[in-house]
Amino acid sequence: MGEKIETGQGINLDPWFNHYASRSAGLSASEVRALFAVASRPEVVSLAGGMPYVRALPESLVNGALEKVMKDNGPMAMQYGSGQGVPALREQILEIMSLEGISASVDDVVVTTGSQQALDLVTKLFIDPGDVILAEAPSYVGAIGVFRSYQADVVHVLMDENGLIPEKLREAIAEVKASGRTIKFLYTIPNFHNPAGVTLSAERRPEILEICQSNGILILEDNPYGLLSFEEDVPPAIRSLNDDGVIYLGSFSKTLAPGFRVGWALAPHAIREKLVLAAEAAILCPSSFSQMVISEYLSQADWKGQIETFRGVYKERRDAMLEALEEHLPDLSWNVPNGGFYIWCSLPESLDSKAMLPRAVTELVAYTPGTAFFADGGGRQNLRLSFCYPTPENIKIGIRRLATVIRGELDLLADFAGTGSLTAAAGDDNVIAPPPDLS
Amino acid sequence: MSSLNIAVLSGGISHEREVSLRSGRRVADALTSRGHNVTIIDPDASLFATLKNLKPDVVWPALHGSSGEDGAILDLLRAARFNYVGPSAAAARLAWSKPVAKTLVSRAGVRTAPSLTVAREAFRELGAGSVLELIASELGNHVVVKPASGGSAQGVSIVTKAEDLPRAMVDAFTYNDVALVEKFIAGTEVAVTVTDGPTGATALPAVEIVPLDGVYSFEARYNAGETTFFVPARVSEEVSAKISATAVAVHETLGLSQLSRIDLIVDEAGEAWFLEANSLPGLTETSSAPLAIEASGVELGQLYEALARAAVN
Repeated sequence: MGEKIETGQGINLDPWFNHYASRSAGLSASEVRALFAVASRPEVVSLAGGMPYVRALPESLVNGALEKVMKDNGPMAMQYGSGQGVPALREQILEIMSLEGISASVDDVVVTTGSQQALDLVTKLFIDPGDVILAEAPSYVGAIGVFRSYQADVVHVLMDENGLIPEKLREAIAEVKASGRTIKFLYTIPNFHNPAGVTLSAERRPEILEICQSNGILILEDNPYGLLSFEEDVPPAIRSLNDDGVIYLGSFSKTLAPGFRVGWALAPHAIREKLVLAAEAAILCPSSFSQMVISEYLSQADWKGQIETFRGVYKERRDAMLEALEEHLPDLSWNVPNGGFYIWCSLPESLDSKAMLPRAVTELVAYTPGTAFFADGGGRQNLRLSFCYPTPENIKIGIRRLATVIRGELDLLADFAGTGSLTAAAGDDNVIAPPPDLS
Repeated sequence: MSSLNIAVLSGGISHEREVSLRSGRRVADALTSRGHNVTIIDPDASLFATLKNLKPDVVWPALHGSSGEDGAILDLLRAARFNYVGPSAAAARLAWSKPVAKTLVSRAGVRTAPSLTVAREAFRELGAGSVLELIASELGNHVVVKPASGGSAQGVSIVTKAEDLPRAMVDAFTYNDVALVEKFIAGTEVAVTVTDGPTGATALPAVEIVPLDGVYSFEARYNAGETTFFVPARVSEEVSAKISATAVAVHETLGLSQLSRIDLIVDEAGEAWFLEANSLPGLTETSSAPLAIEASGVELGQLYEALARAAVN
């Protein structure tokens, strides 16, 4: 049974249970998260996780880079490296960001272990317990987890089909200021939003920037999906409009492969200095091996062509999902994303996506309940569907199963109509998203 | 003695997959530490082909939820002539259905809470309002609503107000088309592990369960530290004997064998009330059965080995 402490108060299977920091609250097993374990089984069509379809990346492209790195620079690849990242890769990152209108100095790029680490470092640098972070409603579950772990108070700002609504942002800022709290930054995913799928319009970008500038609010622009457009390219990044008020986060997880765990932050000079020191304190340096393989890949492979391949794969899958939704769930509403991985669905008013999940698991389909994407308990009538990983055929099967689930739940609720409130108990929504390795 | 080739089945596609994976790993570790060759298998379409190639001396189904505790895989293992640790499929089926198990043990003289077993169709045919009214008039407003089968407290609600009953019924029906509604019995929750030995069924020391937030929910079961256990339970010798006798009576009435866990509530008067029986009890790092085994003075690996050898013989 492992080490136990026998006390006058009985046996506690975690002898350190009363020693944890208060910021660890919520880091616990939950019934909903346990249900996601079933999603890893091949019988289940998982529309839950956001795993890129790395099979669309020819192994030969990676093998060529890998072999060359080991042949030419093996010892260096296996050694510690700079806390800021490999200089050659940082130069190449500038080229990638230039596709979205960003010009910057290589000195201001910090390579991180996935952009998730950059998110963590930025939050660590800026947030004291109780500080406010503004974030879209809904927002990326992985960001909400980081914000919670630093005991930030997340205030959501409404979006529409054109992304964050400037007027709602002004209102949120005014309300927070009136309450005497401090806003540290706005966290935004402007392109093919996770989970909402929408893109912040070109017209709104300067307005959002201006609102933040005039209120002294830093912008944290998270852009993992910007190059995965299905039609026209996305508008220039917010960072392209301003050098000083924006930290930009990028990633190779979606345009190459997440297994390398390489992302980056582009930050104003002073912030960059602190980011490097914070990164060194956290991990000493990002993986030299991964960075050098990616750098070699970018040098020798047609990486832009590979991104085109990914776009084609994901567009086909999005279309399959939209078609299946039209056919099997015409009464639901959803957005039509022009890129990225996700479709955000709104359920009929009576349904609760979290409470419905066990029925979905029984029917061998998985989705992510909308509650995962809100810090305030919202999202019960929403769910996120990922089209990135399952094949078009499996997407159709999955949506057909989801339709069975929704019909079953509606029938059940209809049987109880008029008996009073059927609102599910609030419960604990901490950490209920699927683990990242679930398809 | 010679080492055994043991196949531990864990995982599956039930709602309790995660719990099963945890149990399977713990069982495998304990048996490996005793020198046995253990292979963990996540049952899928290739299960019987895999077992045929592996030729295990014994199979340990550490499967919780449907297809494990409902007896289905046990029946198939028997049909395929594999020795396994666990009860007969028939016994598992009886324990799997909470209303059936309850009826049987009640007939055998064990105390059970007043209850109603309600199929989802009843609400449709008779109107939810009238069924809810009947439940409230029969059992009061303080009730426990459970899916008719399943474990780990999934889909279980403790209701204290009439207005919360409809949602509790919906949550139970999300897991199963039949629900068991029981009058809430206040008292001390105990779990009693029962093992079969040469002299028959024996109850191990009862484990008293005290969840920090008062409810032995999924979270309280699987997050170490969120529940305090007392082994043996803080009851008098007389009550302790009564608890043991009740657990053994349930084990025998349902025909369970080798290892089971009987969950009971002990009321203020020291009377034991049957809650449910588990034919393939959880053996995770936070489960009560391993605590009971250790409290009985036996190492986990030692008992698991004995059970495996008994299954071979």
